[in-house]
Formats: sequence, structure tokens, C-alpha cells
Amino acid sequence: MAERRRIRWHIVVFLAPAVIVYTAVMIFPLFNTLRLALYSRIDQERVFVGLQNFQTLFGDPIWSEQFWNALGNNFWFFVIHMLVQNPIGIALAAILSHPRLRFAALYRSAIFIPTILSFVIVGFAWKLILSPIWGIAPSMLDFVGLKSLFAPWLGREEYALTTLALVSVWQFVGIPMMLIYAALLTIPEEILEAGEVDGITGMSAFWKIKLPLILPSIGIISILTFVGNFNAFDLIYAAQGALAGPDFSTDILGTFMYRTFFGFQLQLGDPHMGSAIAGAMFAIILIGVCIYLFGIQTRLRRYQL
Amino acid sequence: MSGEARTNPLNAGLMHGALILYTLIALFPVFVILINSFKTRRAIFSEPLALPSSETFSMIGYQTVMRQGDFFLYFQNSMIVTVASLFFILLFGAMAAFALAEYRFRGNLWMGLYLALGIMIPIRIGTVAILEMMVATGLVNTLWALILVYTAQGLPLAVFILSEFMRQVSDDLKNAARVDGLSEYAIFFRLVLPLVRPAMATVAVFNMIPIWNDLWFPLILAPAEETKTLTLGSQVFIGQFVTDWNAVLSALSMAILPVLILYVIFSRQLIRGLTSGAVK
Repeated sequence: MAERRRIRWHIVVFLAPAVIVYTAVMIFPLFNTLRLALYSRIDQERVFVGLQNFQTLFGDPIWSEQFWNALGNNFWFFVIHMLVQNPIGIALAAILSHPRLRFAALYRSAIFIPTILSFVIVGFAWKLILSPIWGIAPSMLDFVGLKSLFAPWLGREEYALTTLALVSVWQFVGIPMMLIYAALLTIPEEILEAGEVDGITGMSAFWKIKLPLILPSIGIISILTFVGNFNAFDLIYAAQGALAGPDFSTDILGTFMYRTFFGFQLQLGDPHMGSAIAGAMFAIILIGVCIYLFGIQTRLRRYQL
Repeated sequence: MSGEARTNPLNAGLMHGALILYTLIALFPVFVILINSFKTRRAIFSEPLALPSSETFSMIGYQTVMRQGDFFLYFQNSMIVTVASLFFILLFGAMAAFALAEYRFRGNLWMGLYLALGIMIPIRIGTVAILEMMVATGLVNTLWALILVYTAQGLPLAVFILSEFMRQVSDDLKNAARVDGLSEYAIFFRLVLPLVRPAMATVAVFNMIPIWNDLWFPLILAPAEETKTLTLGSQVFIGQFVTDWNAVLSALSMAILPVLILYVIFSRQLIRGLTSGAVK
């Protein structure tokens, strides 16, 4: 198509609404937030302070302790998802993709139900179930003879974060399950049959043939998990409140940023420090996405199926 | 997991066993909440796992919720925000996707990359500036603030998925229409849009759940009583009634039910969308 001189107005009309809304409400605020991180409010006036907010965030013991605590917790939150959610999702998908399995659609729909519920429902429902007052969890453990294992998991500093991470895993297992299931369905029968001729069946067919073929999808669910976890907020807020108790043991970057910029109880909101934390989150997510795009995705061999 | 020919009964049994176990884990909490919301306070504590019987049946929790919380208003707000956001995501997204897929122009590739940026970067990072902007424009505590944010959030993936599908629409068809004198707008609205309806449904279903369930933006941009969404409303309500177990369980059930109904209606579409490879 030859490049014409006149402006083709219909292209502008088609693009304009999406580009304007996206730029004004997403891209511009994103950079504006990064810019606000370089300012501070001194005597009711907004003053440019350079990197001072970041200095406070990393240098001031009160701030840096909270920041590293939140970051460390956030990493643990992510590690649990990678170690529990994604393997369970892959295993469920592997079973579901079995060609002769009956009721597969029923299982699939049922296992996906937690994923559609809001964090508020999930957070409170588990809070009630794990509550020592109600006693559902202890009496169920009693049923299998493990009552001694029960502890008020959400109330103990050493367990609360792991418990919440597992609740989040319970909620989101459906996503890796569906994406891997879709990937497994695209593997052609002939490849599996060829493997069978060579005596590769059952579990070894999964490890030797299917798993290498779905590695790109596993890469995608890993980066989705990473981005999702590092801007998580709702579940912790719904279950433990903005203070991410007990004693900040479940504080992650999202709750830390919310408390900082919005203020909570006696703490006054500080949009500039909040922006600095948002800047740190942005950097972390960007690093993660870059590692994925340049370090992992390009090295994964994509097989032409 | 071997081929179709040899599935021995033991293997099949194990597979069903594993799936049933996980299905129970997935459904158990929802089930416990729902059955206990219909029981008296005493029965909730004495026999939490029993179904409500004629003696233990009670609607007291629901009565409290109806009296105290303005759940119909919250529900209506959630409905308005979700439907309006989906409408704008689909309309604007499809228009931009059509421009990118159909026309060759300078900057096409860059425009596509620019719009795709937002797929990976969460909009929450920009919250501080978004709040400031909404305050400056007077949109704080209006549903428009939420609609704008969710539209911006949903557009990147919508453009990406829809443009993939629009590339598959036959050129001959469009050129025939051009020969017949149809304008570009008519080609888009009358010819292409109906053809990509399945992809639009996928995009809609993908966006529906996160918008409906979001807590962050309602909490920050529209916490006023008259603009609370159902998610925020139930969060606040439950927070106030922590010790009234009947009310909490009933409020949770009332928050679960609309989503569950939507899911039953749209689950086919959702699962087809997730497994169709649209997000690969």
C-alpha cells in the first residue's frame, strides 16, 4: 500500500479513544508517580528534593526496616506460589488433559470457582474457618487424629504469612491449571503416539515429552505469578487489615505502600514517600519482566508443532 | 497419562481420587460459609459442618444484613462500573485493534508496543498520581473514576487479543465491501465487529472478574457510602460486624452468590477463552 500524503483520518478516529484513555489514566499517572517520588511536602509546599525520599526509604532505619521486611515477605509470598501453586496447577492440568477422563469439564469448572471469588470473601472465609473460636479447622484435624498440629495460624507471627500465601494459592490454582491445560491440549497425538512406539508412556511421557513442550507456558505463568504477587494487596488487607498483623509479619509491598501514602490510624498519609515505594515496586516488577523477556523467554526452545 | 488404548482402572481410580480430593478442597470453604449462613448462632458453633435442619434453620443473619447494609446500592454500583468499563474496553479496544490490524501507517509497530506495555505493568503503581488527578478533576467518589481506571487497565490486553483475531478476517471480504462503497467505519462496525464477537466475549469475561472483585481502587478512589462497590461494601460491613457471626456469614454468602451465578452463566465462555490460546 503506497504511503499517501493526506492524513487518513479514520485511523486517527479509531486509535484516539483507546490511546487517550490509556495515556491519561495509565501511562501519564505512572510517570507522574515516579516524578512525585522526587518531591516532598515542606511547609505546605511541594518542593523538589531529588532522591532524598529514596535515601529515607533505604537509609532511615525506621523506613528501611519496614521496606526490607515487606520486600522479604513479598519474596516468600512469591516463593510459596511458585513451589505450591504452579506445581499443583500443572499436576491438575496433566490429569485433566487425559483423553479418556470422564467428568473433566465438571472438575475443571469446580476447581476454578475459588478464582472467581473476591479477596474479601476468600480472606474472611478462611479467617473464619481457621479461627480457633469457631473450631472447624481443629475439629477437622481431630477427625484425622492430628489435632495437636492445630495453632491459630493467622494469629502467629511465624505462620501468618505462609498461611495467607497458601490461602492465595488455594484461590489462584485455577489460573496455571487452565493455561497449562490449554497448552497440553495443543500437543498433537502423533508425537505422543511416536513416543509410545518407543516405549515412553505414562509418567515418563509426561516428563520427557509433554513437560519440555509446555515450558513456554510455564514461563508465562511464572511471570504472571511474579507480577501478580508483587502488586498483591487485597487478600492481606481483607484478612489482616492495613497494619498487616501480627506485628507486620504479613506486610508486603502493596500494604506498605497503601499505609504510607494513604495513612492509617495515627500515621499521616505521605503521597511522596508512597510514590517512592511505588517507584521501588515498579523497578522490581520491571527487573522481573526483563529477566523473563531476555533471560528466560529467548532461551526456551519453542517447538514447531 | 498413557495413550488412549491402555488406561487401566487403577490409574483411572487414582486420577479421579486426586481430582475429587482437590475439588473438595476448592469447594469446602464456600460450602461451609453457605450452609452456616442459614443456621442459628448456636448451631453455627455446635455443629458447623451439619446442614441446616428445621430446628437450626434461621435467616437472622440475612435480616441483619438487609437492615444494616445497603447491599442493593452496592450491587447496583458494582453492576454499573463493571458493565460500563466492559463497554468502553470493548468499544475502544476493538477500534484501536482494528486500526493496528487493518492499516499500514508509520508508527504502527510502535503504537502496538506502546499499548502492549500495560499488559505487564500493573496500573496500581500509578495510584498516587491517579488519586491526585481524580481529586483535581473532581471525579473522586464518583463511579466515573472507577470506570476510567478499569477501562485503561483493560485496554492493553483487549487490543492485543482483538488485533490478533482481526488479522484473521479475510481481506477479500473487506475489499469487496470497499468496492461496494462502504466507508471504513461501516466496514468496522457492520462487517468486522460481528465477525470477532467470540473474541470480544473472551475479553469481556477476562475483564469482568477482576473489575467486579477489585478492592484497591474502590477503597482509594470511591470510598463514599453512595459509590461503594459490593466488594468494598462487604469488606466494610464485615469489618463492623466481626462478632456477629450470623451477619458475617450471610454477608459473605450474599457476596458469593452474584459471582457464582455469573460464573455459571459464563463459565463455558470463560474456559473456552482461557483454553483457546488467546493468551499464549
